Amino acid sequence: MEWLLFVPLAMLALATAALVILLRNPIYCALALVGTFFALSGLYLLLQAEFVAVVQVIIYAGAIMVLFLFVIMLLDVGHEPPPWLRQDRPRLLLGLGLVALLVLELAVAFGSWIAPGIRGPYTSDYVNAVGNTQLIGRLLFTEFLIPFEITSIILLIAIVGAMVLARRQ
Amino acid sequence: MPEPAFFVVMLAKIAVVFGLMLLSVAYLTWLERKIISDFQVRLGPMRVGPHGLLQPIADGIKLMFKEDIIPQAADRTIYVLAPTLALIPAFISFAVIPFGDRVRLFGQSIDMVISDVNIGLLYVFGVASLGVYGIVLGGWASNNKYALLGGLRSAAQMISYELSMGLSVVGVLMLSESLSLVRIVGAQSQTWFILLQPIGFLIFLICAIAETNRAPFDLPEAETELVAGFHVEYSSMKFAMYFMAEYANMITVAALATTLFLGGWRGPFLPPVVWFLAKLYLVIFLFIWIRATLPRFRYDQLMRFGWKVLLPLALANIVITAAFVALR
Repeated sequence: MEWLLFVPLAMLALATAALVILLRNPIYCALALVGTFFALSGLYLLLQAEFVAVVQVIIYAGAIMVLFLFVIMLLDVGHEPPPWLRQDRPRLLLGLGLVALLVLELAVAFGSWIAPGIRGPYTSDYVNAVGNTQLIGRLLFTEFLIPFEITSIILLIAIVGAMVLARRQ
Repeated sequence: MPEPAFFVVMLAKIAVVFGLMLLSVAYLTWLERKIISDFQVRLGPMRVGPHGLLQPIADGIKLMFKEDIIPQAADRTIYVLAPTLALIPAFISFAVIPFGDRVRLFGQSIDMVISDVNIGLLYVFGVASLGVYGIVLGGWASNNKYALLGGLRSAAQMISYELSMGLSVVGVLMLSESLSLVRIVGAQSQTWFILLQPIGFLIFLICAIAETNRAPFDLPEAETELVAGFHVEYSSMKFAMYFMAEYANMITVAALATTLFLGGWRGPFLPPVVWFLAKLYLVIFLFIWIRATLPRFRYDQLMRFGWKVLLPLALANIVITAAFVALR
């Protein structure tokens, strides 16, 4: 039964992700990326990670992409020629090299000889028993307290930095 | 409940809620015009039907038959898509709002909510945060400077006030210990959260008005400076869809205020659904009253108020609530 939802969602995620780099109008690219976020959010729902699914939509689709659109509209970025028509051999080769590296990395990380062996304490039964949101909250303030606090400090620094840079002009 | 029955009940609930919502949206326009006329000592619509009661239907027919104009330089795809993007989030967020107690019907117990999701509140905020796309894309696709400015203003405004809105309900979360709207209503069986969270309620209400782009926060469509804002170029049904989205959003935030702070469907003597609707319309009346009373903010005032007053206030409210919850 899961396949009935997983396959369309995965296809949608891949298709919209491809459109992000293939479309020529930056606004359409941004909207395709929003589509990708939605497909991913659907996949999270399939994994019974409701909290992550909704937060994905709130933060990425609802806030970050709106700011992206904002910037694209204000800068009035023009249409770009499609990437396969660009005569830029070094960049093309660099891109292909990076893709090969990524595929290799993914193969190592998710290869069938590794993935089935991973069994953490947080099975979906356990998560459902405690509650999705409750469990994430508890872990953030106990096991992952230090990374959590460090992340918040980094974000704070970024905000202050942005303010300083904006003031200077 | 057996599966076929479950689907029938579900579809029935969706149909009823959707139908009532459409009807409310149509008649809210009538209600708003009537109430504002009262405030301004005039009669308002009187010609179509008794006391203008058929006015929304006449308006609907008129809008449907008007010429649909698409500017030549507009981005056609997005221009056509944008009103739909505004309308859909306005309607689907109602799916998690409980409008009555569990009832027994034909030997089945039926929850008076379309879907009780355990992250209901986050779902509402997630959907609400998408409403801005319809407005900002509509403004951009029209290829009109006024429309673009209106759309960008609206995006800035909605993002700013969404933040305070999200923070204003954290107090409610701490008291109810759940994100499910059904449980939040359940937690208010003794006292309504408006009594425990008066500041939270006030911030929520202000942000709700800003989120729905209503006066005194109706800068995105400030007629005097932006002609009409993001929907200048829209006509016919596409314009009507923006209009419907605005009123549907108004109903949704009013329902949310009712659910989070006014005890939802709870109340003595009368049936729960009646209580829910009464509170809902009380909040909507408040919105209309405010629109009739207050002049529009200036853009910089709006931004300063959102970031320098509402946001710190919401944060302080969280700290105080947390202290009380911890010491309890």
